[in-house]
Amino acid sequence: MRTGFDPGAEAARATGAILDDTLRGSARGIVVDSPPGAGKSTLVVRAALELAAAGHPLMVIAQTNAQVDDLVVRLAEKDPELPVGRLHSSDSDPYDKVLDGLDNVRKSAKAADLAGLDIVISTAAKWAHVKNVEPWGHAIVDEAYQMRSDALLAVAGLFERALFVGDPGQLDPFSIVGADQWAGLSYDPSASAVSTLLAHNPELPQHRLPVSWRLPASAAPLVSDAFYPYTPFRSGTDHGDRKLSFGVASDGSGPDRVLDEAAEAGWGLLELPARHTPRTDPEAVRAVALVVRRLLDRGGVATSERAEQPVPVTADRVAVGTAHRDQAAAVRAALAELGVTGVAVDTANRLQGREFDVTVVLHPLSGRPDATAFHLETGRLCVLASRHRHACIVVCREGVADLLDEHPSTEPVQLGVTVKFPDGWEANHAVLAHLAEHRVRWRPQVT
Amino acid sequence: MSLITTLARLEAVDSGRAQPLATVRHRHLTDRPLVIVPLTTAGEAGAPLGALVGTDREAPRLLAVAQPRDRDLRFAFLAELAEAVLPHIEAYADVVEPAERNETDPATGKKTKVEVELCTDAPQLIVPSRAGIEFVRLLGRSMRFRRTAEDDPETPYPAPARVPLLGRWLTHYGERARVPGSSLLLAATDLLNRHWATGQSSLEDQHLGALLAWIDPPGGASGAEAALAAELGRDQHGQLLCPPAGPATDPAFDNRLLAPAIETYDRARQALAAAEDGLAADGRLGELSTAEREIRSLLAKVMLPTWDKVWQGLDLLRELPEGSRAEDRWTRDRWSFTAHRDRVSSGEPPQPRRDDAVTAAQKLASRETAQAQLEAQEALDDPLVLAGRRLAGEAFLADVTDVEMAYTESKRPSPRPLVTLRTDERPHLGERTKVYRSLDGKPQTAEFVRYAQEPDQEGEVLLVLRIMDRMGRGKEPAPGSLPEPGERIAWTLFEHDQRGGPKLPDPEETPWTHGGPPGADAATRAEHPDPVTPEDLL
Repeated sequence: MRTGFDPGAEAARATGAILDDTLRGSARGIVVDSPPGAGKSTLVVRAALELAAAGHPLMVIAQTNAQVDDLVVRLAEKDPELPVGRLHSSDSDPYDKVLDGLDNVRKSAKAADLAGLDIVISTAAKWAHVKNVEPWGHAIVDEAYQMRSDALLAVAGLFERALFVGDPGQLDPFSIVGADQWAGLSYDPSASAVSTLLAHNPELPQHRLPVSWRLPASAAPLVSDAFYPYTPFRSGTDHGDRKLSFGVASDGSGPDRVLDEAAEAGWGLLELPARHTPRTDPEAVRAVALVVRRLLDRGGVATSERAEQPVPVTADRVAVGTAHRDQAAAVRAALAELGVTGVAVDTANRLQGREFDVTVVLHPLSGRPDATAFHLETGRLCVLASRHRHACIVVCREGVADLLDEHPSTEPVQLGVTVKFPDGWEANHAVLAHLAEHRVRWRPQVT
Repeated sequence: MSLITTLARLEAVDSGRAQPLATVRHRHLTDRPLVIVPLTTAGEAGAPLGALVGTDREAPRLLAVAQPRDRDLRFAFLAELAEAVLPHIEAYADVVEPAERNETDPATGKKTKVEVELCTDAPQLIVPSRAGIEFVRLLGRSMRFRRTAEDDPETPYPAPARVPLLGRWLTHYGERARVPGSSLLLAATDLLNRHWATGQSSLEDQHLGALLAWIDPPGGASGAEAALAAELGRDQHGQLLCPPAGPATDPAFDNRLLAPAIETYDRARQALAAAEDGLAADGRLGELSTAEREIRSLLAKVMLPTWDKVWQGLDLLRELPEGSRAEDRWTRDRWSFTAHRDRVSSGEPPQPRRDDAVTAAQKLASRETAQAQLEAQEALDDPLVLAGRRLAGEAFLADVTDVEMAYTESKRPSPRPLVTLRTDERPHLGERTKVYRSLDGKPQTAEFVRYAQEPDQEGEVLLVLRIMDRMGRGKEPAPGSLPEPGERIAWTLFEHDQRGGPKLPDPEETPWTHGGPPGADAATRAEHPDPVTPEDLL
């Protein structure tokens, strides 16, 4: 690491400038780009508290109920006295029961019940149904890059000024029907809220958080180069600050060897023989499950700046990421067969914003005969490759590099649409090239 | 592609015949659809070359443009197309039934029911291929802003009277075709591909001839061979035996037959213009009409096979009984038709060139709702579609083994009975996953509670669901509202109905994030014709 770079000071400087613009600036909107694990949630909580302290009633818009509940809990941790409103849907079980234990959190399905509270938090979907209220002076929009432009359209009338925070490298919002007819329009309803906002208000101040506290020094350069080539970031920790080790020695099998490689280098690629497979490739799915099983069996412990003592890597600190839901279901079934419980297994979309010590990823292109836009999407790979604090293990069939070469991007170019860099093809190659240095070839035995 | 579609395609390869993907027809077909087989000129976007139009398969109306670059002839073609299409559309406009619609009273903000008219049926347009739908859209866009002499006596090149109106209707149909499950404007290839899986690639499935060859191979041949023959077979003059369904034409046809014929026609026209006396003109007029007839007969020859294939496809589709919820979706098509009829008759301007922010968001939201609803309705209508969802873990069939009463813990306990089910399927159930079943046509919700028994030797599991709603208001569930032991029930993990999205602001209230309200300029722009550029006067 370059001498003289003090991650703490750099991050504090960026945060200071953002808060200054938010509290004292005159722009109607402020956009903050945050790479994975750069303290986005911390920033949102801090901005919310400072706005509330300055006497500005505030609405907070997040994208999912889990994110909303998480923010409420964080706010209450920081300031248990602060009156917070949790606006929720009228479904059964609309919020996390944890909130019932927080005295200063009022919960209601009606915005009118929460009038006058310092901070009111809800999802974009719920806010969209709030009508005929006095607009808030300030708003914070969390995960703004995952919010669709039409969702912002539905809520933008509720506030006068807003702070938009999000990660541009993660998955773009999607629609289940074609939206090509609006491609290139500044207000394309299927685009992200930020792209519409900036298309209409290019003069808005834009900030960037420069330090990832989640990604280890082994991962930040790769993720930064592959997914954020024009807005690089650094890791907050240095090589050697974090360590992953095992209580049980390797048995020499493929899963054990890739675990050792990943513990040492932060990355591991378990490569299975080339083959075209169905999406739920039984061998690859089993390999993923075995890696997780061995990781837990070998008593992994993680040393990091967070704790004095090494912390055991338990099931809740491990995640498995896939591209498709049926793959996630297959991995869950395979894990259950091996007697593993408590490991988060989900698609990239649902792992967004979450953090684990070790992640095991089923490569989106593994075993595929073709590389579609869905599987090449930059954000998908970025999410999967940036959830870990210590190590990321990718399970993949051989031949993905060739597959990429056979499928150059052929999406039609739409006039007026800003070309996104890097494209998924490029990012996939960059990640593969790096993973190749940490490859363990393994031929699973036929059972 | 879903697993069951992949399996169906593999079976199709294996058996040499297309395999069914549905047991019922998932799109409404009217008794008298208007079939349009359009052709376009190579190298000139939006220059129609010809069309076959009609509701009677024995008597298509042939429209042709002898010189597609001649704008007068193009207008004549469009005028004739308007004559062929508009009467069909207008025939449906006046046959109405009374209906009710919810409207918000702008003064009080209260929702009230308003008596309105709903057309009892709507005109349906069928084109051969998806490219045909795109062409309908293109024609609509090129016509709806045209000015007629009546609109503006000063306009330099007035369009024939009914052309802008046809443009507005085709635009409406083209736009409606983007709504999943709608049936106002359908492509024969899309219809067939929805109901059958072939053993060829989805790109090849866009070829109407090849597609029908797999579904209904002539003379019991193998589908693969028949499809290959349909794609590549040529006569001794090098012309395709099965011409493309258009609107693009085969280059071999363009080069060897059409271009020389148009050249002959051009020469005859020049000769006629150069004729010095009446007698010579008479003779040359004869030559001209011979040349024109030649072009018409060439076009008819390449369009007729497609015309017949569209009808053959419709015949095959009509053999399937219509899915029970397709009627429901057709009613929405009728509403769409009625609404556009009202916009036209109230003198509203043509559809704007681009949607404003609010309209675009509304359209996207309603199409997403329609898509989710279509997927759910198709699965509920059709056991084969449901089987695909079951295979994907998104639905399951199970036998009820036990029903145990339980109640909520509130002051006024409501019933929340626990139902135990036996199934050998593997739905993707997680803690508190919601599942739905159809109870008298309405969805009943249940929550997954736990597995009561892990898989046994037969691979069967016992799982417990908690019924959440549709049991009436009393303490005891209403009779018939609970599953009975022994009953076999299909449960889905997807919802049967879709909630509508939130109300968006009015366009005049478009927020600053989306550029604010559309300017006065944008609001009036729709009524102005394109400015005349040098390209218009080539």
